Amino acid sequence: MWEGGPGMTIFQTLRVSASSTAAPQAGRGNASGYEAVRASRDFWTIRRRFGSFVGPVCTLFIVWYFLFVIIAVFAPGFMRVSVFGDVNVGLCFGVLQFASTFAIAASYRRWARHRLDPLADRLRHRLEGGRGQ
Amino acid sequence: MTGPTATSTLATEVIGTPALNFTIFASFVVVTLVIALSVARKNNSATDYYAGGRTFTGLQNGVATSGDYLSAATFLGTPGIIAIYGYDGILYSVGFIVGWLLVLLLVSEPFRNTGRYTMADVLDLRLKAPSVRAAAALSTLMVCLFYLLAQMAGAGVLVSLLLGVNSSVGQDAVVAVVGILMIFYVLVGGMKGTTWVQIVKATILAAGTVVTTIWLLSRAGFSLPALLHHAAASSRSGTAVLSPGLEYGVNTVSKLDLISLALALVLGTAGLPHVLMRLYTVPNAREARRSVTWTIWFVGLFYLCTFVLGFGAMWLVGDKRILSAPGGSNSAVPLLADKLGGTLLFGVMAAVAFATILAVVAGLTITASASFAHDVYAGVLRHGEAEPADEVRVARITGVVVGIVAVIGGISAKGINVAFLVGLAFAIAAAANLPSILYSLFWPRFTARGALWSIYGGLVSSVVLIIFSPVFSGQRKPLGGTSSSLITDPHINFAFFPLNNPGIVAIPLAFFLGWLGTVTDRQPADSARFARMQVRALTGVGAERGGRS
Repeated sequence: MWEGGPGMTIFQTLRVSASSTAAPQAGRGNASGYEAVRASRDFWTIRRRFGSFVGPVCTLFIVWYFLFVIIAVFAPGFMRVSVFGDVNVGLCFGVLQFASTFAIAASYRRWARHRLDPLADRLRHRLEGGRGQ
Repeated sequence: MTGPTATSTLATEVIGTPALNFTIFASFVVVTLVIALSVARKNNSATDYYAGGRTFTGLQNGVATSGDYLSAATFLGTPGIIAIYGYDGILYSVGFIVGWLLVLLLVSEPFRNTGRYTMADVLDLRLKAPSVRAAAALSTLMVCLFYLLAQMAGAGVLVSLLLGVNSSVGQDAVVAVVGILMIFYVLVGGMKGTTWVQIVKATILAAGTVVTTIWLLSRAGFSLPALLHHAAASSRSGTAVLSPGLEYGVNTVSKLDLISLALALVLGTAGLPHVLMRLYTVPNAREARRSVTWTIWFVGLFYLCTFVLGFGAMWLVGDKRILSAPGGSNSAVPLLADKLGGTLLFGVMAAVAFATILAVVAGLTITASASFAHDVYAGVLRHGEAEPADEVRVARITGVVVGIVAVIGGISAKGINVAFLVGLAFAIAAAANLPSILYSLFWPRFTARGALWSIYGGLVSSVVLIIFSPVFSGQRKPLGGTSSSLITDPHINFAFFPLNNPGIVAIPLAFFLGWLGTVTDRQPADSARFARMQVRALTGVGAERGGRS
């Protein structure tokens, strides 16, 4: 089933406790259709891909940012170490935060276009076609 | 190259020529009013009014979002802090850009796919509870009002600095004019007009900042190390300004305070209602993704420029002169502009600062009015049965009311140190909004009870902690000056919470309460609703499209 699978991330672990234990609701409109889609192979792939990119990247940039703040606050001596002339580790660290933010944004955009969008389009067309819209 | 009053060092000095500043600012007002009027004809449906018809491209909305996000506090405050405290200003600013990654990666696309006009729409799709909608609307309104008040109170101070209006009545009049213009943009232009105001503002803000930065760099031979060297040499703190510690390194409490603020900034951006509402102005989730990526570029480059400007002001103006000028550290950029380009550049930067205030308050007002009309009036009072035309009418009335409240608040808060309100708005956004957004999107078990606990828990704890913090009472200036607390009498002291920002307590508490309220809820989670939420969030099925599809 969709619950298991390799390469799980923090988002999957959040989910494990629930959903299969909840009482099935009476099929309200197309809600049961959504549940079928959610259990499908294609949707499982989207979720796994989304989780395995976004989970680690979010963890990484939050840890990286707090590393910067905590070093600056509790180990300012390290930030004072000169790289060249008046430019020290702290200034480079600060600029690197910007560089990493730009890099993550650009790579997510590119990654999502290639790895997420085609699958999402396919599922959406199937669902909207199935509803006769 | 120096301004006509550069020889004067009186605290009441007026730099630049008010007439010129006024002309430049008036031309911005005229251009934006014409735009607001020209889009007003097609502004009748709720989608037009709240979401600009969902016709903006990712690039347009990305620019507009950076216009919404970059306030006068950023434009004048960040270089000001750097000019005085050096590196700690950078430390303070990094969270404002890193927080956008959370918007991009976790929030923007699911949000665009599952909501229509407001943040509460997203929670309602998942939880279907009017009480949650009401709670989300309340926290939206609180964030908008606190943020709005900070901007309006700052407007009065700016006036004395930039237009030479020093009389109390004159400052009040300018705050009132800002309020009237803002009401006009929102009332007539709706989201479409407000978005164009943001685009115009963001463009002149970027142009002014980049031109001044290049101008400044040319003075330092286009060498950043040289600029830093000159800056450190002319600062009273010497090379200490190039490394952390001058502002936040004083003691353990100030260090924890910075970490608390950092947490609020990095998690708060993804919960700011006026930022989230912008995601609905584009046709689909992919444009939302594009627009957030553009925003990251614009906001990031803007902050990098402000770092250069801050060190430039330290070098060319000097921290002593900045601190003694009216407006204190906020005068760093205007004084630097005057030093570099004389009255003309000063006038341009003054006008940019005004445009910035005007655009930000307009964005906040439309968000507050949408939240009240769509969530409180239509969603809760009318049980979702209101006519769209009625809803838009209520939104317009709310816009006027919010505008009047903001003007009155801005005038009465004049002279009071309200800088903490921005940090508080971020803390509430992170504590009251973000947990329930993330739980709704990604946690199948989440229930309405968890949402209520988390929203109210985050909201109440943030506000209570700030009331019992040094922001409100009991703070002394280290050098024996007047207290920077809201209550300046040092004998009144009920500050038992030592930090100025409540984030480090309120945010984890709200996440915990959301979890606790859910797991102790006997009502099972609605798995069908979660399935619908997740499928819609990740595929875009059933999302409201825009004009271009």
